[in-house]
Amino acid sequence: MTETSLEAPPTWGERIDRHSGRLMVLPAAVVILCFAIFPLIVSAYLSLSRFALAPGGFTLKFVGLLNYRKLLTGSQQYHLLGTWGTLGAVGWLFLAAGAALLLLWLARYLRSGRVGIVGTIGRLVTATVLAALLLVITVTLAPGGVPGTLVNTLLYVAIGVSVQFLLGLGLALLCAQPIRGRNFFRVLFFVPLMVTPVGIAYAFRMLADMQKGPFAPLFRAFGTGEWSWATEAWSARMMVMIGDTWQWTPFIFIVMLAAVENQPRDQVEAAKLDGANGWQIFRDITWPAIAPVAATVVLIRLIEAFKIIDLPNVLTGGGPGLATESMTLHAFIAWRTQDLGGSAAVGYMLLFVSTVICVSFFNFVVRHTRRFEA
Amino acid sequence: MKKLLAGAAALGILAAAGPASAAGEFEGVTINVMTQTGAIQEPLQRRAPEFEALTGAKVNVIAVPFSDLYQKVLTDWAAGTNSVDAAVFAPQWMVDYIAGGYLEDLTPRIAADPAIEEDDVGAFFRDFSQKYGDKTYMITLDGDFHMMYYRSDVLEAAGKTPPKTWDEYLDVAKAVHGQDMNGDGTPDFGSCIAKKRNAQSYWFVTDVVGSMTQSQGTSQGTFFNTADMTPLVDNEAFRKALEFLKASTEFGPPDELNLDVSDTRPLFASGRCALNLDWGDVGTISIDPNQSKVMGKWGAAIMPGSEEVLDWNSGKLVACDATTCPHAIDGVNHAPFAAFGGWGGGINAAADPKVKDAAYAYFSFMTQPAQSNSDVTIGGTGFNPYRTSQLSYSDLWKNAGMTEEEARVYLGAINESMSSPNMILDLRIPQNQKYQQVVLDEAISRFLSGEIDAEATVKAVNDGWNELNEEIGTDEQLQFYKATIGAQ
Repeated sequence: MTETSLEAPPTWGERIDRHSGRLMVLPAAVVILCFAIFPLIVSAYLSLSRFALAPGGFTLKFVGLLNYRKLLTGSQQYHLLGTWGTLGAVGWLFLAAGAALLLLWLARYLRSGRVGIVGTIGRLVTATVLAALLLVITVTLAPGGVPGTLVNTLLYVAIGVSVQFLLGLGLALLCAQPIRGRNFFRVLFFVPLMVTPVGIAYAFRMLADMQKGPFAPLFRAFGTGEWSWATEAWSARMMVMIGDTWQWTPFIFIVMLAAVENQPRDQVEAAKLDGANGWQIFRDITWPAIAPVAATVVLIRLIEAFKIIDLPNVLTGGGPGLATESMTLHAFIAWRTQDLGGSAAVGYMLLFVSTVICVSFFNFVVRHTRRFEA
Repeated sequence: MKKLLAGAAALGILAAAGPASAAGEFEGVTINVMTQTGAIQEPLQRRAPEFEALTGAKVNVIAVPFSDLYQKVLTDWAAGTNSVDAAVFAPQWMVDYIAGGYLEDLTPRIAADPAIEEDDVGAFFRDFSQKYGDKTYMITLDGDFHMMYYRSDVLEAAGKTPPKTWDEYLDVAKAVHGQDMNGDGTPDFGSCIAKKRNAQSYWFVTDVVGSMTQSQGTSQGTFFNTADMTPLVDNEAFRKALEFLKASTEFGPPDELNLDVSDTRPLFASGRCALNLDWGDVGTISIDPNQSKVMGKWGAAIMPGSEEVLDWNSGKLVACDATTCPHAIDGVNHAPFAAFGGWGGGINAAADPKVKDAAYAYFSFMTQPAQSNSDVTIGGTGFNPYRTSQLSYSDLWKNAGMTEEEARVYLGAINESMSSPNMILDLRIPQNQKYQQVVLDEAISRFLSGEIDAEATVKAVNDGWNELNEEIGTDEQLQFYKATIGAQ
């Protein structure tokens, strides 16, 4: 009898109890499917199609990989990848050094004794993509070359995030000190993050106007009234990066401030009693304590920085030429002229590059710092 | 009391407006109208409460940047969202909206609306800008032509006359560049032309190219060879136009490559430019005492032209004579560009019938002389004269602050452009925005910034336009192109 009662089918209540975890997650999963996965699938199909208006609506014609071919080897190659210049000795040296570093990194892994299939494939993908990006960056920045939207985006990401991290960390270390007006500075440094990106872009456009902006008399006094940042590629890119840095440094600042304030105080005080100087304390106590947070905040910024659009769009419209056009702006311009397929293809190229870089950063940097913390 | 007076005044206007709208007829109706931010948005928004007082309809003006307008309207209508009931946009885009069946045919409404005074609307706007095929899809609210503006005092002091050719333009710009033209102690500029990418600058390329490629009249066309849809790009005319654009940059503001028309207009009005190319807006801004430092010191003229025109067969420039330039004035071929063709209102065919009626009534109200005659004289509206009655000097202009001499040159330039048998019409083939706002605009910006040379620019435009022709269908595009310019 006892055995029979144990094998009795569960009641509805028991079933619900058993699956309650899944049921609780279901609404969120459905929402994610609808709002994240579904658009991703639709845009993947769009990137393989050509959109055209038709009476009463529109048509989508399947064109295979045509949109990608255009971007990588066809009529839009100059736009995405840029125009290749002639490599000089420095360029070749740079490429060789980059390739050597990547090979060394792979060799170290293979000799580490912890080789796995997934790890090897991941490292090969990372090394291949990084080598390809290095090649594109080097040849388009060589004499006679013109960077495309891919290199512009990578410049915004690499230079912008590096500067923002250094500034944010520096400000966090300063504001963690017992100085007067500390809270005032904390709020002040945080303000730019609360301003809408388009607002920042317009504010910067006014501030950076060489003819009638607030600094125009200053530019004239220094004899630079006849020059404009907007007409030269590098100065225009720099202006975009300055605006981006102004906007995003507070984000890194506020996260790093929390990390710095949570570092082990007893260790810091003990080190001070032992006569350690500021640099030694930072190197041996503060940095190991904040490294996991630092790596995570850089990862978040990397993901965000790949999507830069507001500043170049408002400041320069992507010009002069293609100098400030990011991949997101590239996709946006294609989208607003009905080239939905081309726009989706650019979007997917961006997704591929940013995913490889960010996943690699997570696996090889963020995880490493967490092990360090443990 | 003020509200009572406003209501009474509104009823008065209503009585004069005729049958297009009746008091309280659209009570409870909301019309969502999309247009560009800034100019154009201003009069639509300013007059919305007046219209509401007249008819009860609430007008909700949604403004987006110019570069986004085409796609925002299209996306809303093509996706079936239909949150936009009507839009004020470029007539050039009408072809794409009609292809999708999104635009309401306004022909019967206009025919039954005497208050709109359609006969007073300039023939070009009435028969070209508003129409596609034989049907009227848009109501013109603005008259647009490109013109050249100059500082009469600066040119006179330099012993120069208003330039008639592009070579003379550069000569004058060079002669006066660097002079202090507004007395503020800083050197000013010989020429101001909007050259920003992803803005409204690409229109000015056609002004220069067109004066060399089109000389046999409007139906000859300036964008493509009407025999086979070959782009009129790989030739000496286009290369000379590129040279002009590059050379004029030397006499412009340092940040000219980042200036849109919304930037060059205040520059001219503040007395910083000797020469300027723009739509009619600069004229009305220049007579506005709140914005202008050049009142009484400016003039306007038909766009400069060329003494050489393109031989389409050889791709070479040849001198103007009676055969090559039958419409030349004093040996100079002018091809005034009806760029944009004037902002106009179109109604979403899928909108609720009552909302469509209200939207039509609103556009009719906006274009009726009682409103339009005032709006076209105000610089900030973005509206320029388009009614015949607005194109001669009258109390309308006198009250707006324009002197008889200023009116003579300003309205004279518009009249001369409008009546030119060699006027350039907008490119109105399907997906025209890609041809101009993407391919042409991007190539010119890359050329001016030094990214590519003239040959690469010619190749970029030529290849880009050919690629679009092939994708969309060369034969179909050719048929559209010939039909819109009246070519045989």
